[in-house]
Amino acid sequence: MSSLSRDDVANLARLARIEMSEEELVSLSNEFTVILDAVARVQEVAGADVEPTSHPLPLRNVFRNDVVIPSLTPEEALSGAPAAEESRFRVPQILGEEA
Amino acid sequence: MIHLSAAQMATKLADGETTSVALTHAHLERINAVDTDVHAFLFVDKDGALKQAAEVDAKRAAGEKLAPLAGVPLALKDVMTQKGIPTTAGSKILEGWRPPYDSTVVAKLKANDIVILGKTNMDEFAMGSSTENSAYGPTHNPWDLTRIPGGSGGGSSAALAAFEAPLAIGTDTGGSIRQPAAVTGTVGVKPTYGAVSRYGLIAFSSSLDQAGPCARTVLDAALLHEAIAGHDPKDSTSINAPVPQVVAAAKSGDVKGMKIGVVKELNGDGYQSGVRTRFEESLELLAAAGAEIVEVSAPNFEYALAAYYLIAPSECSSNLARFDAMRYGLRIGDVDGASAESVMNLTREIGFGREVKRRIILGTYALSSGYYDAYYGSAQKVRTLITQDFNRAFEKCDVMVSPTCPTTAFKIGEKSNDPIAMYLNDIATIPVNMAGIGGMSLPAGLAPEDGLPVGFQIMSPAMQDQRMYLVGAALEAALLSKWGAPLLSQVPALVGK
Repeated sequence: MSSLSRDDVANLARLARIEMSEEELVSLSNEFTVILDAVARVQEVAGADVEPTSHPLPLRNVFRNDVVIPSLTPEEALSGAPAAEESRFRVPQILGEEA
Repeated sequence: MIHLSAAQMATKLADGETTSVALTHAHLERINAVDTDVHAFLFVDKDGALKQAAEVDAKRAAGEKLAPLAGVPLALKDVMTQKGIPTTAGSKILEGWRPPYDSTVVAKLKANDIVILGKTNMDEFAMGSSTENSAYGPTHNPWDLTRIPGGSGGGSSAALAAFEAPLAIGTDTGGSIRQPAAVTGTVGVKPTYGAVSRYGLIAFSSSLDQAGPCARTVLDAALLHEAIAGHDPKDSTSINAPVPQVVAAAKSGDVKGMKIGVVKELNGDGYQSGVRTRFEESLELLAAAGAEIVEVSAPNFEYALAAYYLIAPSECSSNLARFDAMRYGLRIGDVDGASAESVMNLTREIGFGREVKRRIILGTYALSSGYYDAYYGSAQKVRTLITQDFNRAFEKCDVMVSPTCPTTAFKIGEKSNDPIAMYLNDIATIPVNMAGIGGMSLPAGLAPEDGLPVGFQIMSPAMQDQRMYLVGAALEAALLSKWGAPLLSQVPALVGK
């Protein structure tokens, strides 16, 4: 039987960049016991001799000509920005205090 | 006028018996009258729709040659970007966002002069089977307002069944066009993967997502299918080949000599008795129309659900990383000194709903080092086995069929606390997405025990979408002559109750 502890869920939430309340961590970890048992059934038939399929179309390296076509203006590209400054996205501090 | 099919509306427009402005007005009035109860729409673009309608009428008056559906109104699932029009994908994280560009589907609708009435409700980021996961509240099934209209495209299916629009756009990752069609007595088609461009479709699971037509008749779906399909250089997975002649197929409906394969594994236990009754009856009608009914087996379909709930969450955990509070959408906690990481963490906590978080965490786990082979890798192998099952079955038949869903529409709230029970709704629709082939659901009648619509699913091989339209048109015609009137003539009035 597969399961995920509260701490496992907290680690995954950190990797996925989602803050989570204690209540959410505990209830997700309980749900995952059931969900993982259900999805683990794929292992019953996934033998070493079976090739994986990542995509329904057998496509490789789809190219197009490198030509200039009209695209968004800076104003349009910034139209949905939570904050903008001098034609750029303004974002919170990315580097640590010491930088 | 709103009760006509889209094809009939188009004829009246072409004959000058009505105008697009009048037709659009009639639908806006209907939305005004019933949508408080149904809640199919998240945004109604009254001014934009009337402006577009007036432009079509002017073109027609000037004698311009117009596309077959020119002037007919349509409801657009809120997962498709439309320039300047609020687009949320049912999520708080995109509340108030107005995209700066049109999706290719919207560009094609506009080029065909199809009038866009507004944006329809959906499960957040198309994750769900009931629209209960919408951040903006559930949509109600016009057949019984206490029941779900299916999902994720429940807004589109409910808009059709409530006569708020004759056409709608849906997207189908595991059944989000077909299951809503089944539980509302409407028609929904998931074309072959790659047939309709995904450019501007807010991505959930890129290797499974496919947009398609929703309508009240098979011919209407075919007309919309041809309007939106075709190669698009902006989507590298779009098929560069001619669009199958689906309108001609829908007009013909000739199934004489066709072999129809009944999938042994998608029937029997777990399927509601009324669903089975209507399915068997449809098979008899198709046999009477000249088709040969054969049984086919797809032993690996029983693993499709498990594989889907690894592949789709894995792809979504990656696709939804773009909602990072930096370039568009919600931003929470951007106070002096706050780091980008803490803003991201808080925004995603507040902006995403419970099911979306559940799937992001599941996908992050399935892709994580040490578990990748056991989960995501195994699921990809199951995908191969399912495709092989389809290939083997299609050697014995031209199309495959099954009930679209195991049950009719359930009550709002009935399954919302049980993810596994909710996931089981899609047991018959998911294999089609895994293999990238075409699938259609059309109404097969009402289940005797609850009086609710039952869907009949037709699956056709990749790039052979015309086959499901042939069979769908044949069954639709046989059922219509049996019933004497379309199934949707029995939907409750909704007004003046």
